[in-house]
Amino acid sequence: MNIKPYNPRDWKSHPPYSFKAYGSSVKRGPLKKLLPLKQTLSEITGPLFSAIKLKPGENDLTHHPETGKEALGERIIMVGRVLDEDERPVPNTLIEIWQANAAGRYHHPIDQHNAPLDPNFIGAGRCLTNEKGEYRYLTIKPGPYPWLNHPNAWRPAHIHLSLFGPAFVTRLVTQFYFPGDPLIPLDPIFNSVPTKSGRERLMASYAHDVSEAQFALGYRFDIVLRGRKATPFEEPS
Amino acid sequence: MRQETPSQTVGPFYAIGLTREPMNVMARDETEGQKIRIEGQVFDGDGAAIPDVMVEIWQANAYGRYHHPDDTQEKPLDPTFSGWGRSATDEKCFYSFETIKPGSVPGNDGTVQAPHINLCIFARGMLVHAFTRIYFADEPDNESDPVLQSVKSKARRKTLIATRAEHDGKVIYRFDIHLQGENETVFFDM
Repeated sequence: MNIKPYNPRDWKSHPPYSFKAYGSSVKRGPLKKLLPLKQTLSEITGPLFSAIKLKPGENDLTHHPETGKEALGERIIMVGRVLDEDERPVPNTLIEIWQANAAGRYHHPIDQHNAPLDPNFIGAGRCLTNEKGEYRYLTIKPGPYPWLNHPNAWRPAHIHLSLFGPAFVTRLVTQFYFPGDPLIPLDPIFNSVPTKSGRERLMASYAHDVSEAQFALGYRFDIVLRGRKATPFEEPS
Repeated sequence: MRQETPSQTVGPFYAIGLTREPMNVMARDETEGQKIRIEGQVFDGDGAAIPDVMVEIWQANAYGRYHHPDDTQEKPLDPTFSGWGRSATDEKCFYSFETIKPGSVPGNDGTVQAPHINLCIFARGMLVHAFTRIYFADEPDNESDPVLQSVKSKARRKTLIATRAEHDGKVIYRFDIHLQGENETVFFDM
């Protein structure tokens, strides 16, 4: 079978498994050298969710999924494109979203931060990219929150995203951040990305063309997944 | 040319977005193939089982075909089986999947791969997910599997092989994952 492999994982873009400043990575990242594996059918295939039927409202986190009641906080419109490294759009791909509420509290039993829960905000959503790789969802701008990594540690406001892309090797889970947040340079998870340009790729930008008058501010965040370089002798004849 | 978006940890609260509903029952009654359960724990560098870890798997159906357009083999697809599953851990820190044993799939250069399941691990504390594979202890083809044989150390090769047990007529494969330590699982760069 003709295997057209994906580009290798770009380790200049990704954090190392072990990053001292992020304490819990020290005992949880593999220490031995990864074994190179030449991609096979097992790696170039992967789950596709293009046929999945999303319920109306899954891309609107500002309303409670059952009651329809409105969450508190600053409404934002998130847009962007999912692309591969050659700037080809990744169409019909699933994006899973989760985040804290406007007060910096997650709707999760182990989050003990003494900030109010919003009964109308679950903080989870899903959307699919369209044919051009574009996505759009509506949410509440999350608040920063404290954690126990180091004294007086605070996570900058961020939203978690999970993507599959077209193959098992294109899987990505990431977090993005908002411009102007003074906590960003202090955050070890953000700083675990080894290059400045990599860290910049985790920043959403304010998008005035997306903001809607009398309604919500817009932000743009593009996501780039591993691409698949075609080499002449691997192309079908 | 664009560069990849960097990976970031799933953090401690991923259940909100990723495991609200169980996604670890992959085989239905009518799914073809041998029904199996896969279960195990994921251990950190102190040898402690990790509670906030998430495991995803991807596998071929009983005929050895992936439910994906790039698998153009002339083997049947099973409409009841997508081949993908996701599991958080239970109160005893076990992940588990109810699935079927996959068939063999082709490797590169005319080789055949022994039946295996592709696995991806996420956890609080993991800044990047880790890839590994599950092979089955009772498969003679393991001896000629190109990926398994590329692991030179026999002891390390063993970290990729699930052990088999039967309980009440049910086949259970146990596959523990060690993120660090003496028995660190083989993880792949792929």
